[in-house]
Amino acid sequence: MQTPPKDQPGKKPGIIRVEGMHKWYGDFHVLKDLNLTVDQGERIVICGPSGSGKSTFIRCINRLEEHQQGKIIVDGIELTDDVRHIDTVRREVGMVFQHFNLFPHLTVLENCCLSPIWVRKTPRKEAEASAMEYLERVKIPDQANKFPGQLSGGQQQRVAIARALCMKPKIMLFDEPTSALDPEMIKEVLDVMIELAGSGMTMLCVTHEMGFAKTVADRVIFMDGGEIVEQAPPHEFFTNPQEARTQKFLQQILAH
Amino acid sequence: MTESTMKAPKKALRPVKWMRENLFSGWFNTVLTLGVAYLLVTSVGPLLNWFFLDANFVGSDPSACTGVGACWLFISQRLNFFIYGFYPDELQWRVDVMFLLLAVSFVPQFIERFPGRKWLGLFGIFGLPIVGYFLIPGGSFGLEEVQSSKWGGLMLTLILAYIGIIASLPIGILLALGRRSEMPIIRGICVVFIEVWRAVPLITVLFMASVMLPLFLPEGVNFEKLARALIGITLWQSAYMAEVIRGGLQAIPRGQYEAADALGLGYWRKMGLVILPQALKMVIPGIVNTFISLFKDTTLVLIIGLFDILGTVQSTVTDPAWQNVAIEGYVFVAFCFWVFCFGISRYSQNLERKLDTGHKT
Ligand SMILES: Nc1ncnc2c1ncn2[C@@H]1O[C@H](COP(=O)(O)OP(=O)(O)OP(=O)(O)O)[C@@H](O)[C@H]1O
Ligand SMILES: [Mg+2]
Repeated sequence: MQTPPKDQPGKKPGIIRVEGMHKWYGDFHVLKDLNLTVDQGERIVICGPSGSGKSTFIRCINRLEEHQQGKIIVDGIELTDDVRHIDTVRREVGMVFQHFNLFPHLTVLENCCLSPIWVRKTPRKEAEASAMEYLERVKIPDQANKFPGQLSGGQQQRVAIARALCMKPKIMLFDEPTSALDPEMIKEVLDVMIELAGSGMTMLCVTHEMGFAKTVADRVIFMDGGEIVEQAPPHEFFTNPQEARTQKFLQQILAH
Repeated sequence: MTESTMKAPKKALRPVKWMRENLFSGWFNTVLTLGVAYLLVTSVGPLLNWFFLDANFVGSDPSACTGVGACWLFISQRLNFFIYGFYPDELQWRVDVMFLLLAVSFVPQFIERFPGRKWLGLFGIFGLPIVGYFLIPGGSFGLEEVQSSKWGGLMLTLILAYIGIIASLPIGILLALGRRSEMPIIRGICVVFIEVWRAVPLITVLFMASVMLPLFLPEGVNFEKLARALIGITLWQSAYMAEVIRGGLQAIPRGQYEAADALGLGYWRKMGLVILPQALKMVIPGIVNTFISLFKDTTLVLIIGLFDILGTVQSTVTDPAWQNVAIEGYVFVAFCFWVFCFGISRYSQNLERKLDTGHKT
């Protein structure tokens, strides 16, 4: 267990703290001075136009991307070049990708057990039992011995969620988990995510599913041009956006 | 409901119809068909005669060969030399044991339901070289020593190919990973190694290993010729292998690397559990291709005075006691190579089918 940092006695510390973070791709300034604190159990939805840096931002939180300036502190550990810190953080942060990224050469069950067995050193029996529990939670225990290539997109994404949960992470990151899915499959994935949100998981979710944002989010963050333009609770965000850019974005996406 | 009674339509095979459509559709095709048929008939007959009907199979010395057909007697009389080289007769059981172990490890791989075939295969890859290391040269466990200069024939070919194959795969994997490493020094070393070895013909490598290497080695350090050839072959082959494997690594989508990273697997587990299994599976045809060409390239050791199967046959066909047996000798060599290379190829197809998990990237 992590002891709370001593610099903030009494106050519940942010499990994710991003302070003055910048990132460049070569000369291109993708993320500009981002500041964000996420408390344990908070559910955050990030939205914004294409190319605004949403993916880049949440990929920085488990260091799939490197930031060049500022601080990212996850669960009390600052992300630096230190590989051991990175691996520790990644164990506590699960991630779900737009294109599922399941391992096609392993069965669903093996996909789920891989990291618990090899990283957490959980005994195989135990890992499999726990994986089955999570597969049940995402409602596909009967597919456990199939290969990912034999499942539908919605099923694959639910496996991907179960795989991330098997590491018993403290934080879950979602990068547009439903945008590669056919409309009839979106709901089955969203249902799983709503259920997860209800269980008290800290969640950061890039999505354009505004219905989802309204139901579960504690806070909606709007990004544009690599900046956090506005953040507010969903009700406020949707009914009374402050910034012109937010208003324009909401008009566009709610128009259809 | 008709779905349960509907069967996929079978393609009926009607020979006459097929022939009319494919072989005799129009005057041009008919002429071609007849011409090819004529050639087949006139050439297959004499070939059959030479190979079997007029051939001499039995007898005890060269005079038993009539010279009309093939003199297979030559092969059977000198078979011992072709297989064992100069390995002493009374110790050849040691080589036989190795042949037997080789067969026991790999033949079951073709039989789908053979019990424990996985373990036999693992023994073939890891155990066999160790057993062979003690058994073939002897000199320990009370086994009489046999100098490597006495090894030869098929046995030598298999030793060269087997060690070359088994050792070059892991070295090739490391080189391929190194070449894609983010650490510039490691990457540089691997690039130089691969590019240098790959750009040199195997003959040159063998020459350098046997003639030049001793000049550089300090006085008293004396590698056997065979060991030097083996090292040369292995390193040369690894460079090729590395490039084949790198092709596989590059074909793995970035999402696989990211998913493995996000799970906190770390570099070696990511590579060993997620990336390499997929990459190697993808390049099985390329790997096997490299294996097969190595198998055949081992014949080049003749040039540094090692007598592999081709070498032993070549030195025998010039034996004055036997007249005009060159064709028989080379046909025999070709047949031996074909058997092994075809075996490797079949096995790889088998493996590909077994590893297919029905995904398409
Ligand atoms: N590897 C890279 N190298 C250079 N530029 C990149 C790279 N990855 C992303 N970018 C650029 O960074 C910007 C932000 O990309 P990002 O993928 O974070 O956007 P996004 O908000 O997730 O968009 P989308 O909604 O389309 O997924 C884009 O302009 C993109 O072109
Ligand atoms: Mg994105």
